[in-house]
Amino acid sequence: MVIVTLVFYLFAAIAVASAMMVVLSRNPVHSVLWLILTFFSAAAIFILMGAEFIAMLLMIVYVGAVAVLFLFVVMMLDVDFAKLRGSVAQYTPLGLLIGLILIAELGMAYGTWIFAKDAPEMRAAVMPAPDQVENTAAIGQILYTDYVYMFQAAGLILFVAMIGAIVLTMRHRPDVKRQNILTQIYRDPAKSVELKDIKPGQGL
Amino acid sequence: MDFMINTFGLYFGTFLVILGQALLVVVLILVALAFLMYADRKIWAAVQIRKGPNQVGVFGLLQSFADFIKYIVKEIVVPAGADKVVFFLAPAITFMLAVVAWAVVPFADGWVVSDINVGILYIFAVSSLEVYGVIMGGWASNSKYAFLGSLRSAAQMISYEVSIGLIIVGVLISTGSLNLSEIVRAQDGNYGLFSWYWLPHLPMVWLFFVSALAETNRPPFDLPEAESELVAGYQVEYSSTPFLLYMIGELMAVVLMTALMSVLFFGGWLSPIPGLADGIWWMVLKMAVLFFMFSMVKALVPRFRYDQLMRLGWKVFLPMSLGWVVLVAAFAQYGVPGYARWAVGG
Repeated sequence: MVIVTLVFYLFAAIAVASAMMVVLSRNPVHSVLWLILTFFSAAAIFILMGAEFIAMLLMIVYVGAVAVLFLFVVMMLDVDFAKLRGSVAQYTPLGLLIGLILIAELGMAYGTWIFAKDAPEMRAAVMPAPDQVENTAAIGQILYTDYVYMFQAAGLILFVAMIGAIVLTMRHRPDVKRQNILTQIYRDPAKSVELKDIKPGQGL
Repeated sequence: MDFMINTFGLYFGTFLVILGQALLVVVLILVALAFLMYADRKIWAAVQIRKGPNQVGVFGLLQSFADFIKYIVKEIVVPAGADKVVFFLAPAITFMLAVVAWAVVPFADGWVVSDINVGILYIFAVSSLEVYGVIMGGWASNSKYAFLGSLRSAAQMISYEVSIGLIIVGVLISTGSLNLSEIVRAQDGNYGLFSWYWLPHLPMVWLFFVSALAETNRPPFDLPEAESELVAGYQVEYSSTPFLLYMIGELMAVVLMTALMSVLFFGGWLSPIPGLADGIWWMVLKMAVLFFMFSMVKALVPRFRYDQLMRLGWKVFLPMSLGWVVLVAAFAQYGVPGYARWAVGG
């Protein structure tokens, strides 16, 4: 399939180029926009691989929610661009060093990567044949039947993290007046309006 | 289709066929939008005992086309200090996302540009991207009104997406498929309109309708463009064609929501009365009725306050739709009639 290969290289090139632009662009908002393009191209590559469910999840979760929050925060930052540019030169050697170490480590890890002997069999045991079930159903089968406890545990961990974040940031301010929607809804004219008959020339 | 493939070869022929289908859908929808915009204004006018547009063409039917020409020939004003690229990218994105979502909408059995397995997720993904047009436009305008409008809108669209997603999950549990055509076929039964999902999923039909209003920034949830406080929100700096793109994108998102509602809950192309032929006319009729309801809401309901909107989204709709997902899952598991269409093979 020549076309699929061509399309793959097109999206791969866009992904890499826009990932570069995330780092290189001066304006942080533009960086986030380039990041969105990177996610987008990655989703397209997933679709080319036939993993349409993961592609859609990538779009919904990362592009539709996480990147929106990024954009939200970055737009409201008050950044002095000239100052930022000045400090780039100062940190470049350190950044390059970290990058080199990372590449070396990745090279060492993948260079000696060997699958465990019974790993392919263990994987084949839980996976239905690709032509028998579409991949949304296959993922559902594995997540909710074979590994349901792990899945629930992962959910619980996220839930605890969420509660932790709320507890850390929530402040109760006793001096603030708050609305009680129910009391507002259940108010009626009989309780809140009083009709007074005032005689002329007397006042209240 | 075979003729094209034989003439132009497999890849190029298929490409031409798909391109033709996509163009056909887009053109038809754009023409329909012109008259829907007119209908929207006429309905709104009728509720307020006005005449509405009545000058251009018979009964003012060509009003939208006159507006179109007006928008095209006016001057494009770019505010000083605006981020030019993002400023023009934003309306283009809004328009394109509104158009591409139609690729998976089935108008009749087999009448769909791309019959993909994750159709409903695709629509959900595209509609969750629509927030970018709004945020980018508001930020790039370099104006406080526009920026405030876009921040409001971002929070609003994200909030109501959550409940829309959970409502869709309920329908998916009943169907056992993410394919929109399959969702419609699952509603095909012996009882006509009583076989459709609106009956077993009745509470969620209302929730979905209200969430769709909020998701598409329609009144009473049109806070991003609340003209009394924010002038026109994120689109205040836009004029001419970019403004037109925003308008078309928004209206198209509304029409997409009517299509989605009729597919999810009202049986898509299926006939409401057993014995009558199914077909695209039912789909169009259902979308028209739903659009009429959208217009009436716009005319009748006063605007929500922002904190009330957020409260409704997070404290009322989210728990209700989440609870409903659990309920539907239980109903489907224990075989309550109507909730598990995959179990009875239809």
